[in-house]
Amino acid sequence: MNTPALELRGITKVYGQGETAVQAVAGVDLVVEHGEHVAVMGASGSGKSTLMHVLGCLDTPTSGTYRLGGLDTGALDDRRLALLRNRRIGFVFQSFNLIPRTTALANVELPLAYAGVRGKVRKERAQAALDRVGLANRVDHLPSQLSGGQQQRVAIARAIVTEPLLLLADEPTGALDSHSTEEVLQLFDQLNAEGRTIVVITHEEEVAARSGRVLRMFDGKVYQDERRVGRARTPAHRSQRDVGEVVR
Amino acid sequence: MRVWGSAVFALRGVTANTMRSVLTTLGILIGVAAVIILVAVGTGSSQAVKDSLSRLGSNTLTIRASQGGTGGMARTGGGSNTKQAQLTVEDAQALIDAQEAPSVGRVAPVVTASSVTATADGASHSVGTFTGTTPSYLSLNDDTIRSGTAFVDADYLARRRVALVGSTVAEDLVGGDGLSAVGKSVQFNGTTFKVIGILTDKGSNSGNQSDQDDRVLAPLTAVQDTLTGYGSVSNILVQATSAETVAAAETEVSEILDMRHEVTSDTADYSIMNSESILSAATSTSQTFTVLLGAVAAISLLVGGIGVMNIMLVTVTERTREIGIRKAIGAQRSDIVGQFLIEAVLLSVFGGAMGVLVGIVGSRFTIVGVEPVVAPYSVVLAFGVSVAVGLFFGIYPAGRAAALRPIDALRYE
Repeated sequence: MNTPALELRGITKVYGQGETAVQAVAGVDLVVEHGEHVAVMGASGSGKSTLMHVLGCLDTPTSGTYRLGGLDTGALDDRRLALLRNRRIGFVFQSFNLIPRTTALANVELPLAYAGVRGKVRKERAQAALDRVGLANRVDHLPSQLSGGQQQRVAIARAIVTEPLLLLADEPTGALDSHSTEEVLQLFDQLNAEGRTIVVITHEEEVAARSGRVLRMFDGKVYQDERRVGRARTPAHRSQRDVGEVVR
Repeated sequence: MRVWGSAVFALRGVTANTMRSVLTTLGILIGVAAVIILVAVGTGSSQAVKDSLSRLGSNTLTIRASQGGTGGMARTGGGSNTKQAQLTVEDAQALIDAQEAPSVGRVAPVVTASSVTATADGASHSVGTFTGTTPSYLSLNDDTIRSGTAFVDADYLARRRVALVGSTVAEDLVGGDGLSAVGKSVQFNGTTFKVIGILTDKGSNSGNQSDQDDRVLAPLTAVQDTLTGYGSVSNILVQATSAETVAAAETEVSEILDMRHEVTSDTADYSIMNSESILSAATSTSQTFTVLLGAVAAISLLVGGIGVMNIMLVTVTERTREIGIRKAIGAQRSDIVGQFLIEAVLLSVFGGAMGVLVGIVGSRFTIVGVEPVVAPYSVVLAFGVSVAVGLFFGIYPAGRAAALRPIDALRYE
């Protein structure tokens, strides 16, 4: 039996303590299979971003278990979590979060550098990732010399350059105009078509409409989990080796 | 990982903000250079003092009259003891005693005449030091004759009015290199002395020292006859037979003088200084000076260090978000700390090295009349402190930021 890409059991996240404690995520159970394209929707304060940070191993849940490709993330130390973020997760932020004053190519090379990939191979792979997002002719540009859409595509190139299991996007089109939004969404469609598991946070119906499954959150809970007929994808073709092999 | 990768990121960090890097480096540079130069000035001045004192020779004693001991006025034993303490030529002669003072070698009583003006053929010169003494003074004081001859015991006994002049005096009186002064008659405050020799230069080792070649030596007897009268001598120079017998000579001298002056060591009306004690007094003075300068410099290094801390803290703090991004894409804690460590090393080591360079170059110039002598410890200390400050305040905030959960670093504004 295949292990699911993501498996969340009773995930909660509480900020603060005592009377001022705020429960941002209040018990989420979720299973995402390989190759799914999931959109998470909800008003601000619904806990969707917090959930996303937990999924991306940027934050640790207060309780509950989170398995990424079968691997229990709660049992990992800092070093292994960093490895996991590096090899298995690609994260795309609303505000792009490129390293300033650093070229597009160098930004995309960064995860490979932290993975210990050396010189020439690293450059080639980064170059290939930029080709993939259609920015082959912008490699030497600094983030400040790129438009928002281009910056977001660099960020996507950076997220996919390590061939991660999971691509997480937190309001990826929130800061983009409609033209750039379309470009980015098409890119996600293509990546998903290639078999990548994608989870997107959004509050735009237009974005959610392109995904095969829409989760709606309210008050830290998923209150609707809707699979769209006709958008369901065949399970991923790409290798589903156990994450543990890489992380260990 | 991957030190090279961290080094590249660090180099980018340094060059990405040129102005800030330059200012950080400058803060360290100034602090380090200030410490090196100021300590070098202190060391240089104490070196100058030591040099001039070492010319005295290590086995000489100087005896001076003093105001007497605590019981000076209440002493019993007769009215003669209440007179002003004096050293006389007879005291000096009494010290030459193979029986009582076997450790004493040469003895030279010295009188000094003040405000003496020399004139010859219309030229005049105000003599810095006019000394009347015995011929043994020359060897005692390490003096040699450059041209002409020294005065001898016969001149001393015959009270001949002959003089040895330093080159400054000779040049002023006859011009040129002064050698033609030999054989000339010169009036000192109206009394004619015949110049029989020119003293070898002692040199004036640095700008603020008095000219050691502005002097005249003459037989003590002749000077007493003409310029000072027959009172006491200003001091008596005693040379021990060797450096090892200095202490013994000092004991012998004080025994003889105690007896002659009818005093005890508690009530002694004279003091004996050996060059050792003069040297240590002068050394401690100049050490105080060096410490003061060093303290001032240390403050400037501290201020520079605080500047570095500030810039490092700001650098790391404003890049907390960048640290968050790096962690989000898989940077290990060691990657982050390594990057900032190398960045801090680049800035502080480069600044420190430049400071050492500026300090050493700056120390080659004469500063307020002192030729600075670079003290190796100040170089090591200043460099070490600046690098340590740079490292600590680069690493500490970076370590703190790297320890944050990625999301907290990312949210940091």
